[in-house]
Amino acid sequence: MKTKQLSGVILATTLAMTGLTPVVDAFERADASSVSNEVDKPVLAELRQHGIAPAPVCSDAVFVRRVYVDVLGTLPSPAEVRSFLEDRSPDKRRRLIDQLLERKEFADYCALKWCDLLRVKSEFPINLWPNAVQAYHRWVRDSLAENKPYDRFVREILTASGSNFRAPPVNFFRAVRDREPATIAQAVALTFMGARTERWSPERLAGMAAFFQDIKYKKSNEWKEEIVYVDLLGGTARDAVLPDGARVALKPGTDARSIFADWLTRPDNPWLARNIVNRIWYWLVGVGIVQEPDDLRPDNPPANPELLALLERELIAHRYDLKHIYRLILNSATYQRSSIPTTERPEAERYFAHYPLRRLDAEVLIDAINQITGTTESYVSLIPEPWTYIPKETRSIELADASITSSFLELFGRPARDSGLESERNNSPSAAQRLHLLNSSHIRRKLADSATLRALARSQNPVDELYLTILSRYPTDDERKIVSGYKPGNRNLTAELAWALINTAEFQYRH
Amino acid sequence: MRTNHDDCRDGCFGYHMTRRIFLGRALAGAAGLCLADSLAIRSWAATPAAKMTGQAKSVIQIWMWGGPAHLDTFDPKPEAGNDYCGPYKKPIETNVKGIRICEQLPELAKQADKYAIIRSMTHGNNAHEIATYMVQTGRPAGERLVYPCVGAVVSFFKGYQAGYRGQLPPYVVLTEPQGRASEGGFLGAKYKPFATGGDPAKTPFEVEGIVAPGITDAQQRQRREWLDQLNTLRRAAPNTPAMKALARSEDEAYDMILGGDAKLFDLSTEKDELRERYGKNTFGQSCLVARRLVEQGVPYITINYPGWDTHKNHFQTMRTKLPELDKGMATLLQDLADRGLLESTVVWWSGEFGRTPKIQWEAPYNGGRGHWGNAFSAVLAGGGFKGGRVVGSSDARGETVKERPTSPADLIASIYDRLGIGSDARLPLPDGATVPATSSTAGLLKEII
Repeated sequence: MKTKQLSGVILATTLAMTGLTPVVDAFERADASSVSNEVDKPVLAELRQHGIAPAPVCSDAVFVRRVYVDVLGTLPSPAEVRSFLEDRSPDKRRRLIDQLLERKEFADYCALKWCDLLRVKSEFPINLWPNAVQAYHRWVRDSLAENKPYDRFVREILTASGSNFRAPPVNFFRAVRDREPATIAQAVALTFMGARTERWSPERLAGMAAFFQDIKYKKSNEWKEEIVYVDLLGGTARDAVLPDGARVALKPGTDARSIFADWLTRPDNPWLARNIVNRIWYWLVGVGIVQEPDDLRPDNPPANPELLALLERELIAHRYDLKHIYRLILNSATYQRSSIPTTERPEAERYFAHYPLRRLDAEVLIDAINQITGTTESYVSLIPEPWTYIPKETRSIELADASITSSFLELFGRPARDSGLESERNNSPSAAQRLHLLNSSHIRRKLADSATLRALARSQNPVDELYLTILSRYPTDDERKIVSGYKPGNRNLTAELAWALINTAEFQYRH
Repeated sequence: MRTNHDDCRDGCFGYHMTRRIFLGRALAGAAGLCLADSLAIRSWAATPAAKMTGQAKSVIQIWMWGGPAHLDTFDPKPEAGNDYCGPYKKPIETNVKGIRICEQLPELAKQADKYAIIRSMTHGNNAHEIATYMVQTGRPAGERLVYPCVGAVVSFFKGYQAGYRGQLPPYVVLTEPQGRASEGGFLGAKYKPFATGGDPAKTPFEVEGIVAPGITDAQQRQRREWLDQLNTLRRAAPNTPAMKALARSEDEAYDMILGGDAKLFDLSTEKDELRERYGKNTFGQSCLVARRLVEQGVPYITINYPGWDTHKNHFQTMRTKLPELDKGMATLLQDLADRGLLESTVVWWSGEFGRTPKIQWEAPYNGGRGHWGNAFSAVLAGGGFKGGRVVGSSDARGETVKERPTSPADLIASIYDRLGIGSDARLPLPDGATVPATSSTAGLLKEII
């Protein structure tokens, strides 16, 4: 296929014979890419077995947008897009990945996902209350920012004691519907083992619950402070049973939680590493190797067992370094494939033949719109007291508390953090969402009041600038023609184009 | 296989949903759709919607935000003296012998045979938010569970699972959202209302997302065509499930922008004489829109009527507010009755509390009334409630309940009863457990049922 390069986007000129529509080539890289790593081997083997051709690697423009959105939950700025597209070095994707993993937004966005799982919210059904929510969220975010080894992160939570304000991980034991040992065991299993105890026998759950039986709670004189502690004197000798069936005789005077944590963080534990690498894969690639990503069990087999085993081994060999797993996945050809399927066979996505299209998370979507328009959001707190002050420029991905929200976030499926299930986040499109982006006063105002867009309109090449700002790429020749042929009547062309681009699938979807 | 962007509609429901059903569902908010729906299905099994038939099909709630003065509306106390009744010393007779209401409500006086006045409402709380929660949910504040408000409960039981087929969501607020006062509680965001925004007294009535000012239908079509041309990714991968779902939701959105729902909010088709009778102000025209929504089968409509929190210069405010209330609400009752809709439509008038019976004449109030949760009034009409009645009474100065204390829970349970939502109806919690929809302390207003 003969191609030419124009403004960093590869455009095909002779396409009739390929059977592809010209539009596809805005998204795909024409040269056979050398991107590949050990992740790709099991993926390609599986695809070969099913006779599915993998999609080609995506274009630089697609990559830069994708990796920003997936790693930072944030759109790249036009300057960031430009500098990446202009960079001619062969390892620029790898270097960009390394840079992004060190940015503050990486920790913010990871903390958002973790706080979904940990049910971090002030009110109902999890009543952490605002001060504790802030402390807990900060602890989670800081742990992720410093890349705390994952086994330590889990152990610090499972063995935490002290004040909900001063020893933030104790809030794990408060972020449950009730404080029954079985409820706590259920939360531990779901969060750190990806196991749903509803599928277990009651005896198995009771055996695990025995590890959490001595947790006690008491109030202090400070409003809403609560001390979580283990009653070392009151405990009784009893048997607990680990989820793998091993019986443990618990003696009074020991914190049974640490015995459980020892077991869970052992390198040969079959749940801990598998659960977290599968979740990271799901967060980045959109489909778990085991799907649902939080439903690990023998009768729900992974789509690619070798791939899962590889990631588990890598995590343990690298001392539970989560960023290593991110790096491994992000640098693979599998992650960097185009989102245009090569086949309509539904299983193609299951075996990772292409990068699946999926709507941006609610928080990422509104942050992106605000970034483009230079506007901000107001949030509502459902908690009557105390008053919470949220600075105007706070981004949605930074919100600590699921009880602090906006109608936009609710409309676009932000999870209420009731259950800790990944599926609580609902990214499926609806007519109401489309009405909102197409026609609501909220979005209309943002576009009309945007000083940023007005400045773009005065720039030398407003169309290019709008495309770079909103879609993180230059327009194709076809698009330039369509734009120059549009007669917006009495309306402003820049505002009309911004409206249209925000309403494209390309803006609303990870692709 | 299930992926996170897979369209859950068919999977969740196990049957093919028609487009119209989905449309309304979609409008009601998307958060937690799959989870909430699968739970909801479980609970319908516990409380089959088919059993829930009552005389009433719809509720129009006139929410007197801020708390209306009971003494200056439906519970006048002319004998209490100037410090209590201020300028309103001559309550007027209504068309029901023995029932008198404030002299500023002459039109409502002609409709008294259609409504019952409950003069013994009480919950004892004087804080807006807590009192609002109590009146809107019938539950004490501060319990571990945060309950959904009446509108959310009614839209849960009388919405899609009860066969509602409208494009609009089953719970609509005119015009401004009530925030915490209309929460879905543990039912989740899906049961929050659709707030129209805009102002029905203006032309056009700019309903949020559906009616955009300054953009004609022709321009909407032109824009849509342009968007289609620029939708490069969608054209590159048109057959993916994600792009198909997006295209479908966009078709549905444009059906609402360019189709019947925009017309529903276009009041220019109503006779001008009727529009005048309702009052050409936001409240009056909201009453008219509410009637049109009832005609479309929307089960719960709240008219969020602000401006009743009159700490200062209370009587100056009443001089303009009361005639507005009088015309709008009286015309609504008459119009519903004329169209044969009153029998199946509950009209509920109430605020979160009443106002201090003793007037604060001193500065800075200059004739103001504070919050009063010890005794206040509510009005119920239609849907099978008996009109021309008074339930309970307050003392000679309207300060405490004298006879038949009535809690918000009693009133709400009575509305549920009219709708066929019985005391055995249960609501689902996010974790799948269920709780009774009605407070265990609630009794029914048997006098007017």
